[in-house]
This record gives sequence, C-alpha cells and structure tokens, in this order.
Amino acid sequence: MEETKATATANLEVFSEVLQNLAASDKDIMVVTSDSRGSGKLVPFGQKYPEQIVEVGIAEQNLVGVATGLASMGKKAFAVSPACFLTARALEQIKNDVAYSDNPVKLIGISAGVSYGALGTTHHSLHDYAVLRAINNITVVAPADNFETAEAIKAAAEMKSPVYLRFGKKNMPVNLNANATDFKIGKGRVIQEGTNLTFVATGEAVLPCVEAAKLLEKDYNISCKIVSIHTIKPLDNELLLASAANSKPIITVEEHSIYGGLGEAVASLLFQNGFRNKFKIVGLPDDHTVSGSQIEIFNHYGISAEGLKNTALNIIKCD
Amino acid sequence: MHIAELQRKSLENRKKVLKYIYHAKAGHTGGSLSILDILNVLYNDVMNVSPENFHSNDRDRFIQSKGHSVEALYVVLADKGFFPEEDLLTLCQYNSPYIGHPTKSIPGIEQNTGGLGHGLPICAGTALAAKKDNSPVKVFTILGDGEMAEGSNWEAMMFAAHYNLDNLCAILDYNKLQITAANEDVLGLEPIDKKLESFGWAVKHVDGHNIEKLSQTLKGLPLEKGKPSFIIAHTTKGKGISYMENVLKWHHGVPSEEQYQLAMEELDKQLQELETKE
Repeated sequence: MEETKATATANLEVFSEVLQNLAASDKDIMVVTSDSRGSGKLVPFGQKYPEQIVEVGIAEQNLVGVATGLASMGKKAFAVSPACFLTARALEQIKNDVAYSDNPVKLIGISAGVSYGALGTTHHSLHDYAVLRAINNITVVAPADNFETAEAIKAAAEMKSPVYLRFGKKNMPVNLNANATDFKIGKGRVIQEGTNLTFVATGEAVLPCVEAAKLLEKDYNISCKIVSIHTIKPLDNELLLASAANSKPIITVEEHSIYGGLGEAVASLLFQNGFRNKFKIVGLPDDHTVSGSQIEIFNHYGISAEGLKNTALNIIKCD
Repeated sequence: MHIAELQRKSLENRKKVLKYIYHAKAGHTGGSLSILDILNVLYNDVMNVSPENFHSNDRDRFIQSKGHSVEALYVVLADKGFFPEEDLLTLCQYNSPYIGHPTKSIPGIEQNTGGLGHGLPICAGTALAAKKDNSPVKVFTILGDGEMAEGSNWEAMMFAAHYNLDNLCAILDYNKLQITAANEDVLGLEPIDKKLESFGWAVKHVDGHNIEKLSQTLKGLPLEKGKPSFIIAHTTKGKGISYMENVLKWHHGVPSEEQYQLAMEELDKQLQELETKE
C-alpha cells in the first residue's frame, strides 16, 4: 500500500471528520461521550457543534442509557467510548436498552482491540465481537480502511436498528482496493482475487493479510484471495460460501479472541454448509495477552506479514 | 380527573391486578399494589399521553424502571384504552406479549425494562432531547427502593442535575421492602432525601397512596426550576389487602382461591366506603 501511505489516516480520525460533515446539515446528529472526546478525536466536533455533543463523564452505563433516550426521541445518537469499557461495563445497557428495546443507537467502540497496547488487558477489547454476536438485533462492524470507515459511518447514521462499530488508532490505508467502491453493511469486500488460498479478515487485521499476500506471491508464487468482512454480524454468507467453493485453504484473521469472533462465525457457516476446506483461525489466543504496542502484540501472535506468511505456508503444505 | 373518581379507579384497578395475577398464577403482587395509585394519577391526571397521541413526539413519557411491577402498568394502560383488558387473560402465558416485564410490543409502553437501574438513564436522555428540541415533553419514571442500590441510577442523577433537566421526574416507590428483607437490613438507603438533594435534585416526600397529594405534587412540577424532581412516595407493599400489606412473601406471592376471594371482598368494601363518603 505504498501509494496510499502519504494520506493514510487513523479510522478514528475518519470517523470524526465524517461525523462533522454529517452534523453540518443534520441537527439530529448527536454525539455522546464519556470523557472520551479527546480519545475519540472529537474535540473539533465539539468546537464546531457544541449543541450536538453531550458529555456524560466517566459513566458508560449512563452513556448508553442517555444515548437510548436521545434515540427514542428521534436523534441519531452516537455513543462514543473506548471499546473495552463500552462493550463490557455497559453490556447490559447494550443488551436491554439498545438491542432488546430496538433503539437505533450507534455504539462506537474507539481504540478497539489492542490499540491501547501496553496499557494492558483492562484497555483491550478482545471480547466485543463474541458478546455482541450473541445478542439479538445488533449489527457488528469493524472497517479495515479509511474508505470502509467513512461508508460505514454514513450508513450507520441512517440505520433504523442498533449498530456497533469499532475503530483503532493506527493509520490505515485510504482504500485497500480502490476498484471496490461498493459498500454495503452486511456485504464483504473482495480486496484482491487469488487462487491458492483465501484470507478472510476484519478490521485492522485485513492490512497484514495484504502484506502477507505480497510476500507469498513474490517469494512462493502463491496467489491469495483477500476478503474484508467489515460486517461480522450479519455475516455475508453468500460471499463466504462462494469464496470457499474452490476448496482451497482459508485463514481467518482478527484482532479479537480466537473464541467467538469472526473465525468461529465463518467456521460455523462453512461447516454447516458442507465445506471441509483446511481452516485456521488467527487471533489472540485464550491466554493473558503479552505486553507491548499494538504492532508488537500483532507480531507476537502472528497477525503480521511474516506470521501470516508462515501460517499460509504451513496450511498449504498440509493441503 | 376528580379526586373521588381517581380513588374509585385505583380500587377497581387493584381488583384487576389481583384478578389477572390470580388467573396467571404469577406476578409481582406486592409491588404492583404499591405503585398503582401513582400510575393511576400519572396516566389519568398528570401526563399528556393517550392512545390517540401515542405516536406524537410531543406526548409525555413514562418509563417504568421497576419493570417487575408490570401488572399495575398493564391494568392502567388497558383502562386508558391502549388495548382490550381481556388481553390480560394471557398474562405470562405461552407466546403472550404480556410477559412479566414491560415491552414496547404492548401499546402504550415506551421501553423494554426489567433489568434494574435502566429507566433513569434512558429518561435522562429523553428529557435532554426534549430540552434540545424546546419540546414540552415531561418525562417520568418509577424506581423501586431496592433498585436504588444500582450504580447506574447515581450516574444518571449526576447527569440530570448537571444538565438542569427540570422536565424529568423520578418517583421512588418507597415501600421499604425488597425481595430479601427490609431495605435497611439489605442495604441501608437512609437518609435518602439528603442523598438525592446532595446530587442536585429537588426532593419532596409524599404519601404514595394519597391521590389528592400525589395529584397536587405531580401537577406542580418542577419542584424547583432548573432541577430534576425526585418524589419520595411513601407506599405500602401489598396496599389495600390487609393480609398482604408489609408482608415480604407477597413480593411475588400469588393468592390462593380463598385468599383471592378475601382480597376481592376487602376491595369491594373499600369501594362501598368510598361511595358512602361521596
């Protein structure tokens, strides 16, 4: 992604910019923060639209409750808080007030996954896909690049049902496939076609797949297909089943526990539909997470160009 | 509505609460009888809400935070014409929408509740939206006394005071009993008025079964301009039925046939007394 690096921005920054654009012409856009406007890159939003930002203080349960009340009155309420707190501290509010009561709150998990790196497990969200997948009536989205982020936010603003979006802090490419300009919640994006192996990834774990695929192509003449499943629920069954139809190995990659996330969702879909492709789930193991920056943690667990290259070579060897 | 008319409605609605709980063999009897007068006054004398205006954004909002006392709410909404009363014969039956907690699938109900400590934060967000829109909407909730131990309530209280939500009124159903024992034995609540005041709310004690006082108080909101109002309604769990009043087992006790007949006789007697007084 050399060509896009100069303009690549953190998905979180894109979120803030898009939201400002939306708020300019839509008074119903309301942002609710839990002392998180700085971490959410929302200081400029607050300066430009002070009437459209609500601070609740460090109180995530109330954050989601207040956003629910705003949404029930017709506001397009974005509840913004670090993903770790939003989806654990306020999980009952998400389950009851938002999902069960069908209030179209937009839950924004910022600095998700291991974005906070060395701050440790209290600040990591490696459970959010799993817990939210098990709750009825909520869409779960993790955009890979700036393009998917912008489109997902615009779509979320107009959604009439609950949605959770999670973003990281690290700069991401503008667009991992400038030719794939169709974006729809619930529909995956093919980042590149390939014949020997398929990477199925989500969020910031898509980029290392792209990098690994380059190494595999260059050094081993292995051609990889890459699918960005930005919507973890509902899953794009059609695209995933079609991608598995060539019987080639599949590697799923996510910044999440290997339990209950994208990998298990895809495995469940494929297995129940009769597919028996070689299959490997890459994510954070069920262990105390190693300390370090996001990139160091990724490298440690093989969510990296080198790590995924090795995983691919192993699975192809066994194929 | 005339006070005597409201008093009569309360007694009749008590009979209905018991009728449907007796029929369902399930329900939160004590708490439903405890909040019934408050609900009766809210829906028939205070709030601007009816089946006709329920889809208007300007209707007043009520969210029952202590969702388990849903039988009282069902009866009051049915009486108000939101749905046919006989629907309540399906209370807690297989595939009935009339489950043991409020849900939006029932006409007249604003939010699904049941988990405690959820109503007040939602009401605070609703009240804030009304302020932002310069809307006349007033927002009400009833909380249980045991429920006050939930931390989310205190988060919402800080918030509502900070944003001067004087269009918000929380009513404490202070019957002083929760499922295990008296509040003061489970987790002391007192001095509740001072705690609420220190959180920036205007606070008033009221007899939660005195229709006239409830009506005056709830029509006179906000208690103080610029502050959310907290009404500490002193109530009696199992109110109106001699053998249920202040008896712990009636938290979710269901009367036997004999007990049911006795309860109905007691309520009929109270209705007769009311008529004589008039």
